Amino acid sequence: MGMTITEKILCRHTGLKEVHPGMLINARVDIALGNDITAPIAIAEFRKAGGTRVFDRDKVVLVPDHFAPNKDIASAEQCKVMREFALEQEITHYYEVGTAGIEHALLPEQGVVLPGDLVIGADSHSCTYGALGAFGAGVGSTDLAAAFMTGEQWMLVPETMKFVLHGKMKKWVSGKDIILYIIGKIGVDGALYRAMEFTGKTVQDLTMADRFTIANMVIEAGAKNGIFIPDRVTEEYVRTRAKRKYELLDSDPDAAYHSVVDIDVSLIEPQVAFPPLPSNSRGISQVSDIRIDQSVIGSCTNGRIEDLRIAAEILKGRKVAPHTRLIIIPATQEIFKTALKEGLVEIFLEANAVVSTPTCGPCLGGYMGILADGEKTVATTNRNFVGRMGHRNSEIYLVSPAIAAASAVMGRIGSPDEL
Amino acid sequence: MDTDLIIPARYLTTSDPNILDGHCMEDADPDFVSKMQKGDIIVAGKNFGCGSSREHAPISIKAAGISCVIAKSFARIFYRNSFNMGLPIFESPELWDRVSDGDSLVVDGDEEWVKTLKDGKTYSFKKLHPFMRQLMDDGGLMAHIAKGRAK
Repeated sequence: MGMTITEKILCRHTGLKEVHPGMLINARVDIALGNDITAPIAIAEFRKAGGTRVFDRDKVVLVPDHFAPNKDIASAEQCKVMREFALEQEITHYYEVGTAGIEHALLPEQGVVLPGDLVIGADSHSCTYGALGAFGAGVGSTDLAAAFMTGEQWMLVPETMKFVLHGKMKKWVSGKDIILYIIGKIGVDGALYRAMEFTGKTVQDLTMADRFTIANMVIEAGAKNGIFIPDRVTEEYVRTRAKRKYELLDSDPDAAYHSVVDIDVSLIEPQVAFPPLPSNSRGISQVSDIRIDQSVIGSCTNGRIEDLRIAAEILKGRKVAPHTRLIIIPATQEIFKTALKEGLVEIFLEANAVVSTPTCGPCLGGYMGILADGEKTVATTNRNFVGRMGHRNSEIYLVSPAIAAASAVMGRIGSPDEL
Repeated sequence: MDTDLIIPARYLTTSDPNILDGHCMEDADPDFVSKMQKGDIIVAGKNFGCGSSREHAPISIKAAGISCVIAKSFARIFYRNSFNMGLPIFESPELWDRVSDGDSLVVDGDEEWVKTLKDGKTYSFKKLHPFMRQLMDDGGLMAHIAKGRAK
């Protein structure tokens, strides 16, 4: 029996000849990632268990991004705990504010994660790395502490659901719309504990940015990981970034799948996921007049340069509606610099948008755009749960950068075609 | 029931159980902590603990004094977190539909069943994987690793 790409990666990180769904394995990890919210607990657990040196200082990655730059004294203390640990342990991949950004945009950009890798991250969106043909899964802080100690992680080999994407994408449709559509179809636990593998003819038309967005949100369907088979687009992306060897894997033709889901992408229009679940998605044509107080473009889901270019294309020569606040957050320092060079930042500022330094910030209700009682926002982020971005009576509508930019101009949820 | 409801991000500037316990379930029910008593059991539906990987969620539940969580199903990161840090959780496909607020339950974590006292009915939990059983018996992942190393 053949193996899926997910099974192959997991297998290569054990001493086993083959693995199959349901097996409990102890896998060696290539990257163990933590951030300013989750690493402090992991560090405390590591010390409590008598840990003195991490298993490999090149394989532990620490990124202050959630409440960094420090939003208050308490966050400053958490960042300090992580910074001092990184210094003490001589962690190679510690990224200080000013060289950093949102972890899941930063690591691929810096070539820290490569195809074939096994990544565990104490952050639920660690599934993003599947876009590269790597295995990435979110875990908790104690898991991270265990990885610091042993370099290994217990896991159950997941069953894989195959999503076959075909058809041509409509104008303004992006990776965000595809994944919101799929989550809408299968539900927030539609892929619980499973791998989501994306294949089909349309995949070759998807940019790396689209793939990162899709893999990023598989957790919103409950999945353990999402994964793309690496192809020329992947290779082009990693070739100049990689500083070590990587492995391009494929699923075997006779690999077993839990199920195969056919997705005709040509039927998908730009999506809007209504509060309070990412699965409440519907086409933009089905959205009535919803006035918005805020629009956020950023996050590990949609803060990449491609996202900012789409926003700039729509915002150029236009102004944000007077009653609406537009907050744009490049996901990394490099993206910010590129946006400056390309003149995107000027377009944003001329449109009366606020441009922030990279941070997860408002996505998880940290800072830099928190909502008041009754306020509504569109956001290119990943979750629209109750209270996620502020007051429990505020509302989040998840959209693509194109819809977020157009909606900011109109002051209501709408498509760029209406401008 | 997502982890933002269990412990909102505005409290993630600390991981101190003695602070997190007072905000457990705050955005789901602001009166949760004042209404509950030590030893109470949370019974829930599908996909309990979905969303963020924050271990602060099971930490706040455990620190608030909840003895165990019984749900139809758990989101996977919350599931591992609970076993890793020592919050007892069990899956029961039926219980959620058979109980209401304030009902009394008897739970046998070793034998993996729950009894509803109002009608004396017993429901078996979904059998734990032997490794999960071991984690639970060892008192969490770090204790389990320490035990392995001591051998």
